Amino acid sequence: MAEHRIMSDEELRERTRALLDEVHPEKVESIPFRQKQYEHGLAWVHFPEGYGGLGLSPKMNLIVHDEITKHSKVVHNDPPASIIGIGMGAPVVLTYGTEEMKKRLLPKIFSGEEIWCQLFSEPSAGSDVAGLASTAVRDGDDWILNGQKVWTTVAHLSRWGMLLARTNPDVPKHDGLSYFVLDMHAPGVEVRPLYQITGEAEFNEVFMTDVRIPHDRMLGKEGQGWRVAITTLMNERVAIGGGGSKRKGGGATAQLLKLWQERKQGGRSAGQEAILRDRVTRAYIETELLRLTAQRARAAQKSGNPGPEGSVSKLAQAEIHKRLWELAIDVLGDDGLSFEAGYELRQNSPTPDTVEALAKYQFLRSRANSIEGGTSEIMRNILGERVLGLPGEPRVDKEVAWKEVPRS
Amino acid sequence: MSFDFSFTDEHEELRATIRGFLQGRSDEAAVREQMATERGYDPETWQQMAEQMGLAGLLIPEEHGGAGFGYVELLIVMEEMGRALFCAPYLGTAVLATNALLQCADEKTRKELLTEIAAGRATASLAHAEPNGRWDLEGIEMEARKTDSGYELTGTKTWVLDGHTADVLLVVARSAEGLSLFRVEPDADGLSRTLVPSLDTTRKLARVTFEGTPAVRVSAGDQTEALRRVLALTQAALAAEQVGGAQRCLEMATDFAKTRLQFGRPIGSYQAIKHKCADMLVEVEMAKSAAYAACFAAATDQDDFLETAALAKACCSETYFHAAAENIQIHGGMGFTWELPVHLYFKRAKASELFLGDAAHHREVLADLVGI
Ligand SMILES: Cc1cc2nc3c(=O)[nH]c(=O)nc-3n(C[C@H](O)[C@H](O)[C@H](O)COP(=O)(O)OP(=O)(O)OC[C@H]3O[C@@H](n4cnc5c(N)ncnc54)[C@H](O)[C@@H]3O)c2cc1C
Repeated sequence: MAEHRIMSDEELRERTRALLDEVHPEKVESIPFRQKQYEHGLAWVHFPEGYGGLGLSPKMNLIVHDEITKHSKVVHNDPPASIIGIGMGAPVVLTYGTEEMKKRLLPKIFSGEEIWCQLFSEPSAGSDVAGLASTAVRDGDDWILNGQKVWTTVAHLSRWGMLLARTNPDVPKHDGLSYFVLDMHAPGVEVRPLYQITGEAEFNEVFMTDVRIPHDRMLGKEGQGWRVAITTLMNERVAIGGGGSKRKGGGATAQLLKLWQERKQGGRSAGQEAILRDRVTRAYIETELLRLTAQRARAAQKSGNPGPEGSVSKLAQAEIHKRLWELAIDVLGDDGLSFEAGYELRQNSPTPDTVEALAKYQFLRSRANSIEGGTSEIMRNILGERVLGLPGEPRVDKEVAWKEVPRS
Repeated sequence: MSFDFSFTDEHEELRATIRGFLQGRSDEAAVREQMATERGYDPETWQQMAEQMGLAGLLIPEEHGGAGFGYVELLIVMEEMGRALFCAPYLGTAVLATNALLQCADEKTRKELLTEIAAGRATASLAHAEPNGRWDLEGIEMEARKTDSGYELTGTKTWVLDGHTADVLLVVARSAEGLSLFRVEPDADGLSRTLVPSLDTTRKLARVTFEGTPAVRVSAGDQTEALRRVLALTQAALAAEQVGGAQRCLEMATDFAKTRLQFGRPIGSYQAIKHKCADMLVEVEMAKSAAYAACFAAATDQDDFLETAALAKACCSETYFHAAAENIQIHGGMGFTWELPVHLYFKRAKASELFLGDAAHHREVLADLVGI
């Protein structure tokens, strides 16, 4: 368990004010502000000094946010495209990267100058990502990479990718993997958009043909890729299941309540209205529970890298979020039949500008919540086995060489 | 203003002490013994709990002989009692009646009764609900009649916690000033108190009838808002108790799923069972957040306490019942027997869901409060 430096809340607030004296979010754009924030150790206060942090407890990140909000109308939050880099890239580089990688990569992850993507899933390996088939073969100081990744979010914007590849097919699947930081601009990397249920393409297919990666871009040791991947996946669950809104009744709930206030009468019978009102209240309660549980987890969080408990919030959030937007469509009633935006296939999604349009969009988008970052079924397996200690199922793929295991 | 959910080392010690005490005094055999009695608890244990551990007077200020603790400590105690299905007049005496005295009673009554309660010399009960089946204060119809020497009560109060044994009986009725708190002597004329055979035998409920029964008004002015708070405080404590019970059901179910073999494997290795357990875990964790939020909000006097208490009672009621029901299913035929304690939790879960208003009732309260 990590030891944290002790610093009073007040001192951290002072340091935050010192940052604001130097650059003010109302006066500069996101990137230059966040560069300075990093230099001051206020990017991730729980990271060590010199790497964007101050070696404090993770809960104290909120203090920085709070102080900035107090003194500035503009807040340069994590840019949406950087969520993967910030939520998963940074902790994995910090835990496994060389000194040079940390100095080179961390500042730009935080500032938003460099976007990261996660190259894990493949057509034949999703839930069973440790069964993946992309190969990396050693050639002098380099590795040569071949294979295909799929569902790779923001790959089309990315400078770097967290890549898991098979370096030894002759051992059981978990033992033959290695973890690399892939330069997405390297020759042989091809990114093609993959359109989704909403018509947009947040994610991509990534084809890798004879791509060279220098050996010193490996995170962890050869054959230890799975261990490194676990760090990434645990952080992913927390990044995704982060607890929704920080404010009571905020976020998705606020949108649902707005819709409800506009539409509650909507020609329904009193009985129908009472039923819907109860469902809206339930949704309110459920999102409050997510917020409170995230708050409780932060109070309990002692070390930097989260454990399997992160799956509680991930699972709850996915299911609650889907229910909330299903309900929003029911509140819309027959208007739920239309989809004004249409299904034009495109890579950048315009932000829906009315609450009705948002509801229709989220109704579709939220289906991914229980698939991305590990499906709800996999979360239940993790909770059952790793948290509750229930026995695993009989396995056919554990003891045998990866190449002997059947794949679809 | 807000709070975080941090427990101190002293809190953890308190939890360990209570758990140890209940393991000795409220094991399954003790629960089964007490639930079969009419009184429903062991006076010696109650006495010990009050004197040696200061639990009866947990919320009572030190000036009245209590421990002077708050809602964070109470939450821990309730969670542990819920876990152990502890049979005692705790919710009625140390929570409901104590809060009513603290919030509504005049100085003299407060001093006299709280001292007795803290010392373990008296148990107490608040009678508020009536046969109309309503749990909200607006449902209280009983009118107190003014007499030369005080007041007289006539009518019936239902679901009175330990009402058949309580040494001190407090009653909510209407007077010219609005809702008021009355004190009735246990041997008063025209008073009759009967144990109601109930679904959950680990918590005793009584029906109390009054026929021109003399009563002393011990509050001044309309107590509607104070009583609303009293009930919400009791819901918050009950929610913590529910969470303790739900957590225990989850543990019983997972322990059984690890050891029960069918088709050559532990049943917990089948996803149908494993996923039930995982879902219970998620629900129990969420319910903990709700119950803790309500108790921390009470402890720190948050403006939105009433909302949080309604939310907690709604959420924890459903979670406990669901966990208790799944616990039966996971235990199979054994779960259906009298011999295993599984059914005791199931009954407690349903009874505490209905007591003080079910989940739908509290969702409606919440919806009104937040303007849904
Ligand atoms: C919007 C979105 C963004 C994504 N972004 C990325 C990304 O950036 N990078 C990346 O690497 N991946 C990404 N993914 C991929 C994602 O991680 C996988 O889709 C997911 O892990 C499921 O894998 P799969 O699609 O192959 O489904 P499968 O694994 O084939 O699952 C199909 C069904 O079988 C069930 N199932 C599978 N195994 C079990 C089991 N052992 N027990 C019970 N049920 C089981 C699943 O729960 C599911 O219901 C993204 C996915 C989505 C939807």
